[in-house]
Amino acid sequence: MATAPTVLRINGDEHQLALDTRVTLLDLLRERLGLIGAKKGCDHGQCGACTVLIDGRRALACLTLACTLEGAEVTTIEGLADDGELHPLQTAFIEHDAFQCGYCTPGQICSAAGMLDEIRDGWPSIVTPDIADEQPTLDAAEIRERMSGNLCRCGAYANIVPAIADAAR
Amino acid sequence: MKPFAYERATDAAGAVAAAAADGDTMYLGGGTNLVDLMKLGVHAPARLVDVSRLPAREIEELPDGGLRIGGAARNSDLAASRAVRERYPLLAQSVLSGASGQVRNAATVAGNLLQRTRCAYFQDVSKPCNKRVPGSGCPAREGDHRNLAIFGHSEACVATHPSDMAVAMAAIGGEVQVLGPSGTRTIPIPGLHRLPADEPQHDTVLRPGDLITAIELSPLGYARRSRYRKVRERASFAFAVVSIAAAVDLEGDSVRDCRIAFGGVAHTPWRATRAEEALRGAPAAGDAFAAAADAELAEARPLRDNAFKVRLARNLLMSTLSELCA
Repeated sequence: MATAPTVLRINGDEHQLALDTRVTLLDLLRERLGLIGAKKGCDHGQCGACTVLIDGRRALACLTLACTLEGAEVTTIEGLADDGELHPLQTAFIEHDAFQCGYCTPGQICSAAGMLDEIRDGWPSIVTPDIADEQPTLDAAEIRERMSGNLCRCGAYANIVPAIADAAR
Repeated sequence: MKPFAYERATDAAGAVAAAAADGDTMYLGGGTNLVDLMKLGVHAPARLVDVSRLPAREIEELPDGGLRIGGAARNSDLAASRAVRERYPLLAQSVLSGASGQVRNAATVAGNLLQRTRCAYFQDVSKPCNKRVPGSGCPAREGDHRNLAIFGHSEACVATHPSDMAVAMAAIGGEVQVLGPSGTRTIPIPGLHRLPADEPQHDTVLRPGDLITAIELSPLGYARRSRYRKVRERASFAFAVVSIAAAVDLEGDSVRDCRIAFGGVAHTPWRATRAEEALRGAPAAGDAFAAAADAELAEARPLRDNAFKVRLARNLLMSTLSELCA
């Protein structure tokens, strides 16, 4: 078994690890650190249930080898609340009843957090009418397209979209 | 997953030297395809050399109007780049048509070019596949090939290349800069990807140990009038059934010059040189667009279940050019 020493921060805490190189960030979080918020849906990058933020950007924990994260700052759903105060997206998901079984929800919320930063930075999407537009408008079509990497098999999309729109205000 | 050693490269020369030391080494970019293929058992390298943190992440406007893109630049940074959105709208659109926000944040530009086919038989190690195990056979020829190639396929392989970005780059043209065990060299675009012939295990003309350090796109002033369109089986986060990258240079009511490439139809991004030739000097109108599409699609050799792609590609070309010339 090959191992790789890796030092990274997760939700603000430093972890010094000597990991089997095969361990994904998702398995590190869930199986070794007890952070079971990020979910294993497909484990192949197709469902988004494992979405976390790596250095502020949304990423798939199931396709990220933990040993590649030397020096990285990882934020999971457990680290999104600010000192007991829910993140505005968490509040909006509750207010809009934006889930049913809840399995995809941590990934939806982490993805939406990253996505809102992307649109604040002026990133376009494929449905942005003018791709050169410096500040795309976050309407329902933009939210649907930008969140297409997060599947909800309960079909709670009808409430997820307004929850995200609300949190973005 | 088979155990593997891991090494983080800090510069391109170090990465190439590390890879040359052991033939069973693969470069790791964003990992969005390779890590998945390792889970599936399609790839089982003894060692990974991580090139995702190389400093080669620049997206730089060149004085001649072209663009230089570092191999380790992230797909999302490429699509968000002001220079790309203004000079090459079709390239920004192609990147944004691919995968999901999460995947684009991780995936590198070099890795996007080198991703493997999504042919179901290639990804399923319980099935034969000439691309995965040369000589084992191609079940796709008689099996599930609805979404596979209509151009340039062989007895050995009918796979398609899955990248959207590579299709836009094939339309724009340029070169890939490579550092290999015997030094640097450049490979023209189109020209990186190859048709399967009787060696479908080779997706590209790269040699063992080669590392893509950068892509330089040629200047194409009229690419400001360009478009990437993708037909797929759901509205987002799906591979292309057929896609098109097109740019048109108009002179009055006629086409002075144009660039057209199709995706989802071949083992390479398919530069439609016959359609381009038919359009140069032709009126920018429906009949000429149809003639151009027919000139290209005369080369198509659809399989039992994917002849619909021929009509789809024709319609896509006609509607995209009509929109660009409106």
